[in-house]
Amino acid sequence: MSVQTHAPPPPATRTQTLTPPRSAGGWQRLPAFARYAIIVVGLIALWQAYITLGHVPRLLFASPLDVAAAVIADIRSGQLTTATLHTLQVLLLGMVFGTTIGFVLASFAVFSRFGQDLLAVLTAILNPLPSIAILPLAMIWFGLRPESIVFVVALATIWPVAINTDMGFRTISNTTQMAARNLGLGGRRMVTDVLLPAALPHIISGLKAAWAFGWRTVVAAELVFGVAGSSGGLGWYINNARYFLETANIFAGLVVISLLGIAVEAIFTLVEKRTVIKWGMKAEK
Amino acid sequence: MAYPDGAGGALIAVEAATFAVRRGEKFVIIGPSGCGKTTLLKAIAGFMQPAGGSISVDGKLLERPGPDRAVVFQDFDQLFPWRTVRDNVVYALRVARKMGAAAARAKADEVLELVDITRAADRYPHQLSGGMKQRAAIARAIALEPTILLMDEPFGALDAITRNQLQIELNRIWQRTGVTLILVTHSIQEAIYLGHRVMVMSTFPARVREIVDTTNIDDPSSDRFAEMTGHLRSLLVPAVAAASAVPVGATE
Repeated sequence: MSVQTHAPPPPATRTQTLTPPRSAGGWQRLPAFARYAIIVVGLIALWQAYITLGHVPRLLFASPLDVAAAVIADIRSGQLTTATLHTLQVLLLGMVFGTTIGFVLASFAVFSRFGQDLLAVLTAILNPLPSIAILPLAMIWFGLRPESIVFVVALATIWPVAINTDMGFRTISNTTQMAARNLGLGGRRMVTDVLLPAALPHIISGLKAAWAFGWRTVVAAELVFGVAGSSGGLGWYINNARYFLETANIFAGLVVISLLGIAVEAIFTLVEKRTVIKWGMKAEK
Repeated sequence: MAYPDGAGGALIAVEAATFAVRRGEKFVIIGPSGCGKTTLLKAIAGFMQPAGGSISVDGKLLERPGPDRAVVFQDFDQLFPWRTVRDNVVYALRVARKMGAAAARAKADEVLELVDITRAADRYPHQLSGGMKQRAAIARAIALEPTILLMDEPFGALDAITRNQLQIELNRIWQRTGVTLILVTHSIQEAIYLGHRVMVMSTFPARVREIVDTTNIDDPSSDRFAEMTGHLRSLLVPAVAAASAVPVGATE
């Protein structure tokens, strides 16, 4: 009896689950790029139709064409480019600090029990805290200067990097480590030649998460700064446009933020394809 | 348990037992799962220190792991996944033998040829079958020209056909290199086929039950092979010995 219940499903069932449904053939046969492009174009068309047919006041909702015009105009004038570069600069600086501290904390955690406990406690206390909530404090400490935002971004990126890197080091297989020691490896070369590449899938995940947190944090912090009236990046650009009721420019700022997010995501995906996916250390999506 | 060393051999002790492995010998350790045979091999490799007694090679006391005792593990993740098969070997030679790039590359190609995986040299480990991965691991180990080649159930995770193939290959590689081999297995057939001598261990705590000479018993269809299989089985599973019509030398 039990043999029957545990018997594998008949071949017919398997074939069914493996064969893609025939009805979706046309759409499925398109390359991924084309499928996504069609959806994006469709959404923009819907957007334009809503503005044109709905007689929506331009002050409330800009049309795609207005937004495109605003993007081009402000790139020409240099306003949008300056804002973007400013944001990226602050973000990068914050991430450098954050990831460095994160790496140090993770390495410390791997090599000592105290470091491990320290990381556990710090993560438990600080990770649930949205780092944007530290901004008022940072503004008291550093004033209305980019340093405040760098500080907040660093705080946002430390934890994803530390947690993931620590996990990466901890999950290196015993056999890999023994194989390395068998070659007489130890010390610095053990770290650079074996531990780091072995932990790379997790390290990249950590950097990805850090980028996502940092990107959201920097824009949010700049929005607050925009209220305070200081010059600055994309958040400030959006807030400034709101101040003058230039709705199309608000959209322009949002579009740039979204596009940059997609671009960096693509860079990470490319790095993964060339490394951990190529090496079979991470499954391809 | 320390060991003076005779004419170029290596001497090893486990708990209550002492044994010596001769140079160029194929020495097989067999025992039930969990009896500590892997622990013993790890101690010889230098990954752990024996609580009592000592292990020495060529009269020198072992202190740490080193490429003079190259290890082939059972697990497939012993190869570095971020290096191709060839680069795994080249890297090992450069790090452990301080070879230059060109010399390491030449040596690697020679060894890959010997182990018959030249066609997979530029592939990454995850693109290989289990049997190919073990071939690559063997290539990396013998490229180091170790004093002793340690193998921890190297074919344990392979299917029967691949396993047989690799046993034949290993014998061929041994003939070509003459390396001293210490191999841990739980397969009686593998032990008899590969080993010059087979050390049978008891269940935990590990003890040496008997060291059996199996030199020249290589043909699985022969009577001697069958006889030896029965003998080893009786040592491994005492209950079988008790029920067996032919009592064979129990050592307790």
